[in-house]
Amino acid sequence: MSYQPSSFEIVSREDFSDVTYLLEVRHPLMSRAARPGQFVIVMSHERGERIPLTIADFSAERQTITLVIQAVGKTTKEMQQTCTAGTALYAVVGPMGVPSAFSSARKVLCVGGGLGVAPVFPQARGFKERGAYVISVLGFRTRALAFWLDKFAATCDEVILCTDDGSAGVTGNVTEGIRDAIARHPDIDECIAIGPPMMMRGSAEATRPHGIKTMVSLNPLMIDGTGMCGGCRVKVGGQVKFACVDGPDFDAHQVDFDDLTLRLHRFASQEQVAMHRWSEACRFKADALSS
Amino acid sequence: MADKPKKKTIRTIPQARTPVREQDPLERVRNFSEVSAGYRREDALIEAERCLVCPDQPCVAGCPVNINIPGFIQKIGQRDFRGAYDVITATNLLPAVCGRVCPQESQCEGVCTVGDTLEPVAIGRLERWVGDLAIQEGWANIPHIDPAPFKVGIVGSGPAGMACAADMVKAGCDVTVFEAFHQPGGVLRYGIPDFRLPNEVIDAEIRNLVKLGVKFECNTLVGRLFTIEQMLDEMGFDAVFIGTGAGYPAMLGIPGDSLNGVLSANELLTRCNLMRARDFPNYDTPLPPGRRVAVVGAGNTAMDAMRVCLRLGAERVSCIYRRSKAECPARAEEVHHAEQEGVEFHWLTNPVEVLGDGAGGVRGLRCVRMELGEPDASGRRRPVPIPGSEHEIETDLVVFAIGTNANPIMGQTSTLRLNARGYIETTDDLATSVAGVFAGGDIVTGAATVIEAMGAGRTAARNMKRYLGIRDPNAPYRPARPNGAGTLFGLDAREHNFIRVRE
Repeated sequence: MSYQPSSFEIVSREDFSDVTYLLEVRHPLMSRAARPGQFVIVMSHERGERIPLTIADFSAERQTITLVIQAVGKTTKEMQQTCTAGTALYAVVGPMGVPSAFSSARKVLCVGGGLGVAPVFPQARGFKERGAYVISVLGFRTRALAFWLDKFAATCDEVILCTDDGSAGVTGNVTEGIRDAIARHPDIDECIAIGPPMMMRGSAEATRPHGIKTMVSLNPLMIDGTGMCGGCRVKVGGQVKFACVDGPDFDAHQVDFDDLTLRLHRFASQEQVAMHRWSEACRFKADALSS
Repeated sequence: MADKPKKKTIRTIPQARTPVREQDPLERVRNFSEVSAGYRREDALIEAERCLVCPDQPCVAGCPVNINIPGFIQKIGQRDFRGAYDVITATNLLPAVCGRVCPQESQCEGVCTVGDTLEPVAIGRLERWVGDLAIQEGWANIPHIDPAPFKVGIVGSGPAGMACAADMVKAGCDVTVFEAFHQPGGVLRYGIPDFRLPNEVIDAEIRNLVKLGVKFECNTLVGRLFTIEQMLDEMGFDAVFIGTGAGYPAMLGIPGDSLNGVLSANELLTRCNLMRARDFPNYDTPLPPGRRVAVVGAGNTAMDAMRVCLRLGAERVSCIYRRSKAECPARAEEVHHAEQEGVEFHWLTNPVEVLGDGAGGVRGLRCVRMELGEPDASGRRRPVPIPGSEHEIETDLVVFAIGTNANPIMGQTSTLRLNARGYIETTDDLATSVAGVFAGGDIVTGAATVIEAMGAGRTAARNMKRYLGIRDPNAPYRPARPNGAGTLFGLDAREHNFIRVRE
């Protein structure tokens, strides 16, 4: 039985690299309700799993929300194949989580690592709209993976690009860029860092000695996203918090990143099984097609 | 009129409670099919004979929604099965659900007159039989509905929301139920496993609501997608009922409780039931593997979690509960079934630490033995630790089912007044601090039962009708009392109402 009055149509798709892709999903209500820092939970098909994805952008005018996804596991790789413009997602619910609180900070550092570059954009734009001086530090493994540089350049006062292999901008990860920014701007009031746990931890350690307030957006495993299951619990300042309803933004200097990293690997072995089984199925299908 | 039925007495009725056919415990722990097969027609007819139709009808008072129990049982006796269904559905929309999940032993059956001498009438099994027959026959009671010009929003599609939706749609309102998950049913869907409440039963009961005209909108997180205030001010809802459930599992609060092998029963059950993780990898949601599972708590949720783990292939499942079996809050039948299926009960045992395996997983649970001391606020004897009784239970998966705290979403996103514990504050009429907004179920009372939530949904509906000024045959109009008592500016408050005036 279907109770879905609305479908969640993918209106456009853009591929940033062979692993990163953008989906623009039609959702008129959410396009108006979404605020920076919030996320959605997506199910690509009826048998799919529920995965949390940070809202990378939203436009009331276009009546859409934008998701940027990295193909890492079975679900996101499968979505990379199936989610094309004109198709629809089985379920999209949100906007979830407490919206980011925009402080009255005058000079802000917006740090995005890899996929985290996307969700840090609405934050950078939000601060800019509030009149702050915004410096963004964007980190990618290599130049080929970089995206949205123009979008950031058009919005922020400064953009510092870092690549691990030195193929563009500063050589090294985002902490290099953060150090550079802090050295040139000792009056930075606040830092927002979004990306993989290692990158957020690195950012937290880079700002800690300078006493700069740093917020990170945590993205642990979730199911319902409404506080009901407690699967997304994280340790912040020695206390247990639910990222879905108490977060996802938390004070980076209080977050227990070891705990976060460990909990992200809860289902590592099952994920491998799913991935293996799916790739076999894909190969079988490809063989069948080619023969 | 030749043979007038003889008056039944405790001596003339069938003495033994009619047994119900159940799947063999050894067989059923390997599948998710329903444990109890339910009564057959002949079983129901015999069991119906056991009701004395006593004048006091304590069972009716014992039922949170006051089903006319002797009434429907008599109809079964008269072989008017459709009539029995009509009697039940006059007050309870979901007989097939309630017959399965109500704690009858502490409600209707607990006060049954027959139960004073013999085993009480199996009211729950009879109710279920009628409910299942209705599903099989496709019965649905669609009464004549006088349309009322009101739009009602229901937040949450669990038992409280469904009950409220049914009453409001029958009162002629345009009712929409909003659900955050991708399928409706709330705890009936994500929480209660199939072997206790099959999905087909939930689907059938929801189909009945749809037939009545209720609209379901899934994937809708009220509070965040739109607020309660927006529903009233912008979206044109005249009244709103909030039945979002408690939903924020209480943590163990002991060292090691954030290890990867520790999860809430809600998470385990949602993965297994709603997300079908038991069919992984055919469904994409994984489940944590558990060979030796320890479940902390002894309520219905704990029983469900333990029995799910057995069916998922756990070798040993232990129940850790700090009080004794007498205080265990689960339905008697669930404890009985869990015992039959091989759950090991560790009564009077409290966990003090989850022991890690050094790789993020769990290797054991350190516990202390307890003894019962003086009664506490709940009237139950308070468990106190016995010094020097620490011991370890070997386990690789710890599931906690020790109750819930208030879910914060409604509080974060609305101006509704909350109580000190974070639950929504309501009057006895279940009205919240915002005019036109009612709330009921776990989000008001904290964790309770399905039928209590349904009772709350119905109470809220009754008061919502009064608020909207819909004539309610069960609440006859009484003229104003003398001296202006019960009036507002000289107008009878019951005759008129406080509906928002919209431009």
